[in-house]
Amino acid sequence: MVDLTYSNGALTARLYGEIDHHIAPRIRSEIDMKCESLRPAVLILDFKAVSFMDSSGIGLIMGRYRCITLLGGRMEVVNIPPTLAKIFTLSGIESLGVMK
Amino acid sequence: MNISNHMKLSFPSISTNEGFSRAAICAFILPLNPTVAEVADIKTAVSEAVTNAIVHAYPKEPGTVYIDAKITDDRRVIIKIRDTGIGIEDVQQAMEPLFTTSTDERAGLGFAVMQSFSDRVRVRSAVGKGTTVTLEKIIHSAYDEE
Ligand SMILES: Nc1ncnc2c1ncn2[C@@H]1O[C@H](COP(=O)(O)OP(=O)(O)OP(=O)(O)O)[C@@H](O)[C@H]1O
Ligand SMILES: [Mg+2]
Repeated sequence: MVDLTYSNGALTARLYGEIDHHIAPRIRSEIDMKCESLRPAVLILDFKAVSFMDSSGIGLIMGRYRCITLLGGRMEVVNIPPTLAKIFTLSGIESLGVMK
Repeated sequence: MNISNHMKLSFPSISTNEGFSRAAICAFILPLNPTVAEVADIKTAVSEAVTNAIVHAYPKEPGTVYIDAKITDDRRVIIKIRDTGIGIEDVQQAMEPLFTTSTDERAGLGFAVMQSFSDRVRVRSAVGKGTTVTLEKIIHSAYDEE
């Protein structure tokens, strides 16, 4: 699901396993809770350990982007595994300028 | 085109079954010796169709989702995902990228993903009767590619 760590204004969400409609709401509430209490300058979504993702994951990323932007922070998406490249390309997330 | 293998599944439209249906399809196509990319494509496309049946088809109370999967002699995988839910009024509009009727955090990309991750997608739907999505993909042997 997700491990969250905070240091120097950066909240890092290390996602792992399969991201689908079943699990996405739980990831969302964990990240949002921390975002609201810590008000990080940057939210980093790390996909290194994600083995599967469908469009529910795209919705999750878009939603966190809106959320952190409203709180005055910015977002970075890092470590996209090769197996997820195709869905990221299709999603249009690249055009948000958050992919590192 | 002869059918060399066939399986059917049915389960309640609850979200735990999204992962189950992906695992089942994955196990079913494994004898074809698909590439990692082919497995990922089929799992993703099936996940989209099953999730749609779970999220959209039965808004009031859970119903049943049916999967019918076939493998043909010419290495074609044909997967039908069917529900007997509310149906789709305008299929063409529903299939447009970014179109969603959901107020949740949905991207509206499910059908776009199905289309780009399989060779062919067919949708039949009738309001009040339900929806059937048929996904087709040819699996090229992993051995062939070496
Ligand atoms: N099985 C179904 N029964 C009823 N309506 C459906 C069904 N599948 C899709 N739809 C309708 O088609 C729309 C588009 O589906 P699509 O999967 O492309 O996007 P989404 O499910 O809304 O979002 P996403 O898949 O990105 O999470 C849905 O919002 C819904 O209105
Ligand atoms: Mg969908």
